[in-house]
Amino acid sequence: MIEARQLTKRYGDKTAVDGVSFTVRPGAVTGFLGPNGAGKSTTMRMIIGLDAPTSGTVTVNGRPYARHAAPLHEVGALLEARSIHPGRSAFDHLMAVAHTHGIPRRRVSDVIEQTGLQSVARKRAGAFSLGMGQRLGIAAALLGDPQTVMLDEPVNGLDPEGVLWIRTLLTGLAAEGRTVFISSHLMSEMALVADHLIVVGRGRVLADTTVQELVLQAGGDTVVVASADPAELRRLLAGPGVEITGRPGSEQLSVTGLSAREIGLVAATHGVALFELTAKTVSLEEAFMELTRESVEYHSATVPGRAA
Amino acid sequence: MSVATDTRPVEATPVRAVDPRVRVTARGVLRSEWSKLWSLRSTWITLGIGLLFLLGFGTIAALRYESMLGSAQMDPDFADSTAYSLALFGVPFSLIALGVLGVLTASGEYSSGMIRSTLAAVPRRLPVLWTKAAVYGVLAFVAATAGAFIGFLISSGVLDGTPAELALSADGVVRGLLGTGVYLGLVGVIGVALGTLLRSTAGGISALVGTFMLVPGLMSLLPQAWRDDLNPYLPSSAGDAMTAMQHSAGTLSAGAGLAVLLGWTVLALGGAAYRLMRSDA
Repeated sequence: MIEARQLTKRYGDKTAVDGVSFTVRPGAVTGFLGPNGAGKSTTMRMIIGLDAPTSGTVTVNGRPYARHAAPLHEVGALLEARSIHPGRSAFDHLMAVAHTHGIPRRRVSDVIEQTGLQSVARKRAGAFSLGMGQRLGIAAALLGDPQTVMLDEPVNGLDPEGVLWIRTLLTGLAAEGRTVFISSHLMSEMALVADHLIVVGRGRVLADTTVQELVLQAGGDTVVVASADPAELRRLLAGPGVEITGRPGSEQLSVTGLSAREIGLVAATHGVALFELTAKTVSLEEAFMELTRESVEYHSATVPGRAA
Repeated sequence: MSVATDTRPVEATPVRAVDPRVRVTARGVLRSEWSKLWSLRSTWITLGIGLLFLLGFGTIAALRYESMLGSAQMDPDFADSTAYSLALFGVPFSLIALGVLGVLTASGEYSSGMIRSTLAAVPRRLPVLWTKAAVYGVLAFVAATAGAFIGFLISSGVLDGTPAELALSADGVVRGLLGTGVYLGLVGVIGVALGTLLRSTAGGISALVGTFMLVPGLMSLLPQAWRDDLNPYLPSSAGDAMTAMQHSAGTLSAGAGLAVLLGWTVLALGGAAYRLMRSDA
């Protein structure tokens, strides 16, 4: 359980995290989603006390991280920035971390096996590929058998097999009742693993929701229908919970709140000829873009338009 | 596209009770720092260089003295030498090597990012600094003391029967050799403190070399009266007083030298502790 209350971090004039409040609950994978520069990594560093908040508080299982007797047993973290000395072997790195808590050598071997690093455990970490480095970081995060697992951009640099491995690992950890908190700027990746979403942009929480709600919020599923008599069709379809938009003079209408099947049946019953009937699902990516459009820090020259 | 629909139960369910043996302890931090030190190749290399300087240069100096004895022209620098002074010829060089390794043990954590792993494991932070300083300080002390004694035995063996001959039992020799070990041990601690304070290998080494090699030279720019007042209290002068076999005029006694150098060490550690606690990692 992670609880942030009015968490704020300023660097001079720049506010990286701006009064953020959220709760990350056990037994589920919570996605921490936002464009680059939204303050995700800073928030995660504040959770484990690497950065001190300018104001506000964040606790882990009821206490600030540093106040726990066995911090690594509370939160295991993989940070986005490299946190490993390149001159040390994977085994020596894990062992050095394990010593602080009196974690036995057996546990070090366990996490090496769990992350598939057996063959390279004695090699210097500096020679590791991005993916192996990521696995080593995850091994270190799991070392203390933590109640909360927090991973910053865990799929970065992983090959498809590695990505699949992470997904299985994360859902497995959540199923064991742990708190799983992962950040990403890729909505599509989040959609596959996250139960809950906290969306941030420019240091603020934009949404604290489920994946499904996020889609509904962004306009939900729309049906595009073109007919010979759009005005008549509009009248026929109108009803509670149904929203219809269409440009004057166009034979096309966008309908939300009704399925393509329902619209087709209504049109057939009333003899309105249809030329097109297309169900358009708002993709999560689009929902995310819509939500964070205002808060993207660095727009490309051509701002990607909303496709739906 | 698949859409996750449910948010699972929200009540906190601990994975398992915290194993009471798994917790941060002083002993654990000590073992961690010890293993971090020895799992890097740079430790072995730099420590080896430090010892090589101490033993090698002392031995070369003794051999050089011995070879000049028969000839007519004795280098004036060597004229008043003893087996003790010749044996410790390499101290300034060894000091740099051991000080640099001290800087590296701390600055290397920052340059590599390891510090984030270290401080995530020990979020109270200060135990890391104290332990690192103690572990490396003791190591540098042991290495330097061993080097000084072995170097002296080599030199006194080489110089047996010459005017520079000196026995280990001679007045002040054992105390001076131990003083050398303590001096280099404290330089190691100052190195750790500078590395933690500046968080940069280049910066830490510059500060170390500046303090022990350049500042003494700059003193000649000061008026004579100031120089005489200040000079004995420089870290390098305090260290020289500790390593001196006999007390000479215008310098501190060995005990006072130790007190002054300890003062500088505490100052450096204080600065390092302040930065460690106040700055984000």
